[in-house]
Amino acid sequence: MTMLPQTTQKKLGLVIDLDICVGCHACAVNCKEWNTGGYGAALSDTEPYGDSPTGAWLNRIHTYEVTPEDAPASIVHFPKSCLHCDDAPCVTVCPTGASYKRSEDGIVLVDEDMCIGCGLCAWSCPYGAREMDPTENVMKKCTLCVDRIYNENLEEADRVPACVKTCPASARHFGDFADPNSDVSKMVADRGGINLMPEMETSPVNKYLPPRPKTRPESTGCGSASAASSVVADKGVLGWLDRALTSLDKLG
Amino acid sequence: MHPAISVIFFTVISGAGFGFIALLGLGWAMPNSALAAFFISLLAGGLCVIGLLSSLFHLGHPERFWRAFSQWHSSWLSREGVLSVLTLTLFAIYALIWMATGERIGVLGFIIAVLSIITIYATSMIYASLKTVPSWHNVLTSICYVAFGLASGIVLAATFGTASYVLGMSVSVLAGIALIAAWGLKLLWWRRADGVGFSDTGSDTGTATGLGHLGKVKLFEKPHSGENYLTKEMMHQIGRKHAKKLRAISVGLGLIVPFIFAALAFVTGAYGPFMFLAFLSMLAGLFAERWLFFAEAKHAVSLYY
Repeated sequence: MTMLPQTTQKKLGLVIDLDICVGCHACAVNCKEWNTGGYGAALSDTEPYGDSPTGAWLNRIHTYEVTPEDAPASIVHFPKSCLHCDDAPCVTVCPTGASYKRSEDGIVLVDEDMCIGCGLCAWSCPYGAREMDPTENVMKKCTLCVDRIYNENLEEADRVPACVKTCPASARHFGDFADPNSDVSKMVADRGGINLMPEMETSPVNKYLPPRPKTRPESTGCGSASAASSVVADKGVLGWLDRALTSLDKLG
Repeated sequence: MHPAISVIFFTVISGAGFGFIALLGLGWAMPNSALAAFFISLLAGGLCVIGLLSSLFHLGHPERFWRAFSQWHSSWLSREGVLSVLTLTLFAIYALIWMATGERIGVLGFIIAVLSIITIYATSMIYASLKTVPSWHNVLTSICYVAFGLASGIVLAATFGTASYVLGMSVSVLAGIALIAAWGLKLLWWRRADGVGFSDTGSDTGTATGLGHLGKVKLFEKPHSGENYLTKEMMHQIGRKHAKKLRAISVGLGLIVPFIFAALAFVTGAYGPFMFLAFLSMLAGLFAERWLFFAEAKHAVSLYY
């Protein structure tokens, strides 16, 4: 059914902490590995060892340069995967009913046996979360590792999406956003978690935590004499040295 | 967006077919032998069917096409499929009665005409409903699709029709007016598309990443060094390279040449051959127009790249 559920009992999704992500791409690699052997068709590549390898990925990490008006640029690593939107346009445009959002936990999935590979769902997604599998010709997308999170053959600690489990910096968190007391809900409340492109009115479930404000030295000049003279050390040996050397100026 | 030949062919040819069916349904005078009825109906239905079959080549799994008739309550692509089949089925009945009795049933024809226009509208809504492609996401997109469908239908109807005058006008004059009207609307569409950018939603790389409040956001490194499905499908570049020339070609072949042929038809009275040449030229112009419709369209995902 391509009608969206009115509400979902749970809203399972991810919080991605952009302050912590180091851009190692481990989440994408583990995603690719798990999902090439898990839910649905293998996540294939064309020419994997050739001159121009391409293939389907469910998670890709972009890196952005953010330049404030009054400070030097900083780098933000930005993992991007399906946001499991409440108002997912990819679900309603699907002509076959292959694309659906589960009413029990809000996960957006593709029934690959019903997918005709028209690609309209990928066109309707502003985030580029869906990619056509180059050999199976069906639409692939993040399943939130639906074959891990409920998998009783796995240790309980492993029942989280592969990307979350593998992140060495703990920049990715999995949980239920319908529960205001869940860790992910609290994190979003504490850190001002945001939606990507809210103006597209997709109501994403996944949230991003923006980088914390950088500490800024009073002067941002780089080693110029005028900048250095305003730096004052007033304690300890450095303070004594600073005062003693400053007093030399008077002699001169 | 990637301009897939199968989809370009489908939208242009089916549009002309349903436009032609609409005019047949509205009672445009046609030669009244059973044989003529057969060939004219075959041409009208054939254009639609060839177009629809062509669209199947765009699918990853064409053998599952029948599943696309199921989600008409939410999907414009599904609605388009259902409406096509419904319209063509009714048209087949209309054509059989026409062939058998020489009668064209007015009420049924009118229903078919309305359904044909709704079908073209549904095709347009596959694109116009996508908020992610601002140049498409406008009522002008639907207006242009219907206008081009009807204009090509009129040019084709003037080829085979027996009426020299429709609505008190020479059919070639009517065709000329339809051509100018359709391309006038397309000029409005182009003017809007050129200026719209992402201004409708105010999206930019800042809102796409949610980092806009921190400063100016610029891509530093792509996820992978090579191309991927998204860059190939949503960020088609080559098609845009010759956009200006292609626009001139589309107007030349789609408007100016057919207009000259319509004028020649008017002067010489030889409607059949000249209007048919006008129709062929118009289709060529519309292929260029439709190529640009896809190739020039910018998708929101490009804001991430």
